[in-house]
Amino acid sequence: MSEVVVAHHDDHHDHGPDKGLARWLFTTNHKDIGTLYLWFSFTMFLIGGVMALIIRTELFQPGLQFIDPAFFNQMTTNHGLIMVFGAIMPAFVGLANWLVPMMVGAPDMALPRMNNLSFWILPFAFAMLISTLFMEGGGPNFGWTFYAPLSTTYAPDTVTYFIFGVHLMGASSIMGSINIIATILNMRAPGMTLMKMPLFVWTWLITAYLLLAVMPVLAGAVTMMLFDIHFGTSFFNAAGGGDPVMFQHIFWFFGHPEVYIMILPAFGIVSQIIPTFARKPLFGYDSMVYATASIAFLSFIVWAHHMFTVGMPLAGQLFFMYSTMLIAVPTGVKVFNWTATMWRGSMTFETPMLFAIAFVILFTIGGFSGLMLAITPVDYQYHDTYFVVAHFHYVLVPGALFSIIAAVYYWLPKWCGRMYDESLGKLHFWLSFIGVNVTFFPQHFSGLAGMPRRIPDYALQFADFNMVSSIGAFIFGFSQVFFLYVLIKTIRSGEPATDRVWEGAHGLEWTLPSPAPYHSFTTPPNVTDAEAHS
Amino acid sequence: MIKIWLKGLSGLGSVLVAGLAVADELNMRPGVTEISREVYDLHMLIFWICVAIGVVVFGVIFWSLIHHRKSAGHEAAQFHESTRLEIGWTLVPTLILIAMAYPATKTLVQMYDTGGEDMTVEVRGYQWKWQYKYLDEDLNSTFDFFSNLATPRDEISNRAAKGEHYLLEVDNALRIPTNRKVRFLLTSEDVIHAWWVPDFGIKRDAIPGILNELWAIVPEPGVYRGQCTELCGKDHGFMPVVVQAMPEAEYDAWYAEQVTAAEQRKEALSKTFTAEELMAEGEAVYNTFCASCHMPNGKGVPPVFPALDGSAIATGPLEDHLDIIINGKAGSAMQAFGKQLDAAQIAAVTHYERHAWSNNTGDMVQPRDVIAQMSSEQ
Repeated sequence: MSEVVVAHHDDHHDHGPDKGLARWLFTTNHKDIGTLYLWFSFTMFLIGGVMALIIRTELFQPGLQFIDPAFFNQMTTNHGLIMVFGAIMPAFVGLANWLVPMMVGAPDMALPRMNNLSFWILPFAFAMLISTLFMEGGGPNFGWTFYAPLSTTYAPDTVTYFIFGVHLMGASSIMGSINIIATILNMRAPGMTLMKMPLFVWTWLITAYLLLAVMPVLAGAVTMMLFDIHFGTSFFNAAGGGDPVMFQHIFWFFGHPEVYIMILPAFGIVSQIIPTFARKPLFGYDSMVYATASIAFLSFIVWAHHMFTVGMPLAGQLFFMYSTMLIAVPTGVKVFNWTATMWRGSMTFETPMLFAIAFVILFTIGGFSGLMLAITPVDYQYHDTYFVVAHFHYVLVPGALFSIIAAVYYWLPKWCGRMYDESLGKLHFWLSFIGVNVTFFPQHFSGLAGMPRRIPDYALQFADFNMVSSIGAFIFGFSQVFFLYVLIKTIRSGEPATDRVWEGAHGLEWTLPSPAPYHSFTTPPNVTDAEAHS
Repeated sequence: MIKIWLKGLSGLGSVLVAGLAVADELNMRPGVTEISREVYDLHMLIFWICVAIGVVVFGVIFWSLIHHRKSAGHEAAQFHESTRLEIGWTLVPTLILIAMAYPATKTLVQMYDTGGEDMTVEVRGYQWKWQYKYLDEDLNSTFDFFSNLATPRDEISNRAAKGEHYLLEVDNALRIPTNRKVRFLLTSEDVIHAWWVPDFGIKRDAIPGILNELWAIVPEPGVYRGQCTELCGKDHGFMPVVVQAMPEAEYDAWYAEQVTAAEQRKEALSKTFTAEELMAEGEAVYNTFCASCHMPNGKGVPPVFPALDGSAIATGPLEDHLDIIINGKAGSAMQAFGKQLDAAQIAAVTHYERHAWSNNTGDMVQPRDVIAQMSSEQ
């Protein structure tokens, strides 16, 4: 990607990027930082993916074949942590870096130096986390939800590195979201009022506020762990008068909004892509904005639905059941709006559109299982089984991840000035689509039949579906390596892209040349009705 | 086009019918209690509501994908809002949700109908086993036992064929009578576990420092199997829950036997055992309580679980050896077995560790030594 941007830096009076490593280390440019975020998250995605394949290899057949249970627990834990904090979240921040300034008509992000810092913290945080796997006693093995006291009194010594890693990730996320909020609120071109902003910008604005609200809560939780482990406090230690359940309340007060942090920007991406390829304006723009805001609000009052089995009083159970069911309403509104956008359009099915349509359908399936999980008395049967694993993978893989892949195909021509190969893109889509369903759909069945999650070995009645699931995982995993090939091929030798790229594309980013100049809009663009929601 | 679509639908239908034939592997089991059947009905109700919504929404999407494509020559309409539609698809789902919430609330209220129990069992989670204590009316323990995984190691490591109840079998199942309301009090000795019997429709976390409550009335005798469902460390996947529901008369006879046996065990505490008796009993205790970490050959899994074969503690002064077994080691997985085993068992396992493998201290450990050490600590 670097040579392409370098080749075009002469187009501008401003200084271009530095040469070599210094460019990437010291850059304050939103596109460079966006690129760093995206490649970083792709690297993490592959590392987390290898861990997933280790898990699926062990689960291919009943019995212990390849790894011991202690290492299995490290794999599930680190797979979760790396995918959530290392792959999905940084990918969305990378997309925001690339796209928000171009979409609102700004030259760059509002706080470019902080932008550099918020990225460069991440490699250190994850190097620290991953290095624990090679230390004596092994890495984190208590699940990505790290419930105390398994993560405190009974944790391996390396838990302290994990705690500092989480602190760093949190600091990075907070800085990233402050930057996005500052950019959106202060750097919009004249005429780009809030209700004219592209939906991707809207969803990220709301996501950034969610991050600001809950990352400090996560920091609080791990700090209390640190004190319990090293300084003799008993926040979560029942023997010292503390309460292990309090840990879960604090964790999920962070954790549930976190779920929406990983899906709201995806809603934004899909709301950009579907209108383009349906050649029809987004249906119900206003209601999309309000639905996003309602989901964000509701995400703060549903956390204990992750904890229906801890033994809350009846009134608490009922409150969290009702509030959780309520989330289905704004989420449904979004799905209906996307459907209505496609309805009577003039659709074509390029790769980004395929991923976006798959998102709508498969995310909805994840939504259905989410609704089933909300029903407390039935949740007792689903809780901590593979039904839950199937549910959250449906919303995170064909949900969040598909939206990221769709975004990459959709905006890559604008970023690097070259078109990807459409037939390779479609092949990648179909491999991923088949892989993801073969992997995760059978997990609904093994969960309902009673298979608990996070176990390295299982009873014989679960054998068939686990084997199918493992095969699917390998199809899916290798099709993402194929994605890497498609990307590199595009960046090195793709056909030159036009400025508009897509016939039906609207938005300020498409008024810039392809590839986009190093500084997006040095003079504010004219925000016309054709390029903004009117 | 529509013909292909219909063909596809009928194909999907036949897959679904074939699927129902193996429904045991595909779906939740209805279970045996009144509650579990209600939960199952609720599950199916919500499932079919989701299917219905799915058919409508996905139907519209696929219709649109087939007919409203550019290659089919469809021109794009330019409508982009309708307040009436938005209000409609906000209100209708809300009404559906209310219709779902009503039966869910009813079932949940029923599940919370505790009290009026005929008997109480305390279920205590340990890394990685369950302890069942039968409590009397004052909630004192009349007798208790541990329930450990009974699947042989050879089956787990693929050296032997796996049995029918692989990983779902224990040495001592929890026994309860049919047709009586049994209350379960759940707690944990170390980390959080979760106790689940799918056929009873009940699952609750066992949390250190907290007492949770569940109940069940089981109408049919039988063996019901479940598992720990909260990640609790290395052997989380190896602590099954097995409950045997017995006809009332049979249960009462068994219960009386257990009470007598518990009294006899108390007498054993004052006995003097021979070295052979100590080794035999010690090996049994070791394989149940110690071998999962320290390994059957005493080599452990260093550095996390130290070897006992040739270790300084197992070949050193008896007091130190007893101390670590009775009180555990803070900050490690080594538990305080003084709370789990009686003095006769501790004496035997200590003796075994001091004389097994290459260890040979030559001394004898009797229950009275253990009792002496425990009382000197207090």
